[in-house]
Amino acid sequence: MPDTLTSATESCTIPVTGMTCAACSGRVQRTLERTEGVSSANVNLMTGAATVAFDPAVTSAERLVETIRSTGYGAELPVREESSEALLNAQDAARSEEMTDLRRKLALSVAVGVIAMALAMLDIGSGDAARYALLALTLPVVGWAGRHFYTRAWAAFRHHGADMNTLIAVGTGAAFVYSAVVTLWDDWFAARGVEPHVYYEAVVWIIALVLLGNLLEARAKRQTSGAIRRLIGLRPATARVVRDGLEEEVPLAALRPGQEVLVRPGETVPADGLIVDGTSNVDESMLTGEPIPVPKHPGDQVIGATLNRNGAFRFRVERVGSGTVLSRIIRLVQQAQGSKAPIQRLADRISAVFVPVVLSIAIATFVVWFDVGPAPAYLHALVSAVTVLIIACPCAMGLAVPTAVMVATGRGAELGVLIKGGEPLERSQALDTIVFDKTGTITEGRPAVQAVALADGSGVSREVDLLGLAAAVERLSEHPLAEAIVAEAQRRGATGHEVAGFESPTGRGVLGLVAGRRVAVGNLALLRDLGVDPGPLATRADAFAAQGWTPMYVAVEQALAGLIAVADPVKPTSAEAVGRLARLGLDTVMLTGDNPRTAESVARSVGITRVLAEVPPDRKLDEIRRLQEEGRVVAMVGDGLNDAPALARADVGIAMGTGTDVAIEAGAVTLMRGDPLGVVTAIRLARSAMRVIQQNLFWAFIYNVIGIPVAAGVLYPAFGLRLTPAMAAAAMAVSSVSVVTNSLRLRRFSPGGSS
Amino acid sequence: MTSAQLVVTLAGLAAIAWVNWYFFIAGRTPVIASVGQGGAQRVRVEVKGGYVPAVIRVRAGSPVHLEFHRDETNPCTEEVVLPDFGIRTFLPAHRTTAVSFTPGEGTYEFACGMGMVRGTIIAERGA
Repeated sequence: MPDTLTSATESCTIPVTGMTCAACSGRVQRTLERTEGVSSANVNLMTGAATVAFDPAVTSAERLVETIRSTGYGAELPVREESSEALLNAQDAARSEEMTDLRRKLALSVAVGVIAMALAMLDIGSGDAARYALLALTLPVVGWAGRHFYTRAWAAFRHHGADMNTLIAVGTGAAFVYSAVVTLWDDWFAARGVEPHVYYEAVVWIIALVLLGNLLEARAKRQTSGAIRRLIGLRPATARVVRDGLEEEVPLAALRPGQEVLVRPGETVPADGLIVDGTSNVDESMLTGEPIPVPKHPGDQVIGATLNRNGAFRFRVERVGSGTVLSRIIRLVQQAQGSKAPIQRLADRISAVFVPVVLSIAIATFVVWFDVGPAPAYLHALVSAVTVLIIACPCAMGLAVPTAVMVATGRGAELGVLIKGGEPLERSQALDTIVFDKTGTITEGRPAVQAVALADGSGVSREVDLLGLAAAVERLSEHPLAEAIVAEAQRRGATGHEVAGFESPTGRGVLGLVAGRRVAVGNLALLRDLGVDPGPLATRADAFAAQGWTPMYVAVEQALAGLIAVADPVKPTSAEAVGRLARLGLDTVMLTGDNPRTAESVARSVGITRVLAEVPPDRKLDEIRRLQEEGRVVAMVGDGLNDAPALARADVGIAMGTGTDVAIEAGAVTLMRGDPLGVVTAIRLARSAMRVIQQNLFWAFIYNVIGIPVAAGVLYPAFGLRLTPAMAAAAMAVSSVSVVTNSLRLRRFSPGGSS
Repeated sequence: MTSAQLVVTLAGLAAIAWVNWYFFIAGRTPVIASVGQGGAQRVRVEVKGGYVPAVIRVRAGSPVHLEFHRDETNPCTEEVVLPDFGIRTFLPAHRTTAVSFTPGEGTYEFACGMGMVRGTIIAERGA
């Protein structure tokens, strides 16, 4: 009954906090597994997430969160991405509806504005009949096109709130009501020697220009969330499941872990999993920024949403829905976009008092013009007060920071650089020191055999034999250097030896009987213990060490047989990354548990001058703290797995990974691919974003600081210079649009630039 | 100074005083929605030109579900942001949209996408 099977299980990933060791995650996992309705639970310590499959009829995500909390750890309700996708669509729909509406209203306002201008130019706008005609024309503009300014201002007013609508409503309202009164009771004014002067044209043009500004702003704002939209759009609608040799197209929502899926050339990988059959090249650029397609073989990981290029393959689904890399990226970007940069606090404080302050200034402007202005004083007073209300623009201030944070974090995600919010963005720009945890960032993190040297007269005369003997013993060791020897032996076809009597003296190496011969692989100390003279190969060993390689001696039956040099190769872009960081004015430091000699040589080869060697994993944090005490603002670059405390201690923790292996949630910044140039991209993007934010804030401040006094007429006494309300409306529309447009420049941020 | 000028000046000063009183002082009187003990804490927030209630008192350490009912099309309130919880979500007009989070002890702010319309969440131990 496949139907009940698919409908009866739901899966969710719940972020769990406070777990520090495997015992913690084990406890959470056991508790979940014992919970009624849970069919499977997997708690990952590294990512701090519990992936639970459960029967929605028996339990719910909310109850699972409570269950986790009952174990003493923190848990948050997972954000339902279906709903966030639906919300995004709803937002799109609402925005296009709003834009259609704005366009219609704008068309009417502009049409009326042009007619009013024509009347004025033909000099028939001053007569009695013309005033009535203008009133009739303006009514639909105020009553329909601009109606929402008044209703929204009123809604806010009832809550003691005031926003942009308040300013427009009061400004245009005052001008319109005055004009209407003059039109309807012109005799009363004429009897008192006041020439009936009306401002219908100004009212219409203010409304038209503000509507135009809103329209442009709505369009620009839609583009700020473009990156998220593109990420969500990467997900295919269906997957081709292979069941008993038959292919079946199923909707993505019905895909389950454990199923096998066929992916043909040109198709999108529907979920995360492991290749079981077939080889291909997969374009992962949409998630990692890696421009070159990655070759994939059986056993390799594939990530959902990446694009299969040239070969067909089958893979076993491991993660679906909210547990996939794509979903986690989307979630992180959304969270980042919802966060606030500290720099916004000032803007927030100003926006909070902005409108009432502007209202006060407008009233003061009226009073001053009325008291000391030229005749007709009350007319100048009215026009100046209206101009002040119209020119003031709180929107630019409110949009300055969030739009830039949204565009920057979105652009980062496209480049494989996840910046987790406004705060990391702001701190990244202040960095002066970048600490690399050597293994896995500067180097590949996968040691490999670099060279083999044979000793004379040991009975081992071929490199492949030496590797075969060494690999036989090393196979039982868990040391990363041992893996390198085993891999090299396999590659050269030297396998098949059995080992007996295995020993592993700590910090020395390994010993064992291989085909009746006693084989020892290890360092100088091991040779000394065995009484073997390293003399014949001592100079070769020194030469290897000078290159940053680790020499391992092999002894057979108490005689020196050879040397195997193993090293973790330096990544091809490490030197370029260090060089570019230096040009950005940043100091680089390398941190490693290796011996100083190996460390120095690696550092030299990439251009790092400061090395902190022989630092055990638990002391990395102290080294970061020491650097901070020197007054440095430090970023720590690590794999996010073994160095999580150091990443957390650093001002900015940068986790670097490759594809699915990356601990996406670790660090303030995550690089989706293991390229150290990503660090350069992250810092340059942060600097560009902060520059845009500062420009936006400066513009928003200076615009109001200059605009409002000029509108009030401070230049009038000296220069006779004043703004008309329509000019003020144009300035305001330009101001908020320009801020959003400036933020949108970040969409074109390129990682290759040099600034 | 003519009597008209005197009247306008006094009226202006009074208007300025009233504006500042109305928006800064009168508006500060909070509407507090206390949430019952036990179970999830659900609070309905009306969104129309402002948030009602604008000040929400909740229990720290247990999940809070805020149900925003946005009964207007004014784009100013189309998004609600809870920066401390990494939430920025769109509120479809004339519908209820829920956001969930678990606050620790403290005072948190929620606001519209542009920070003009604001509310406060006060999370207290054993409240």
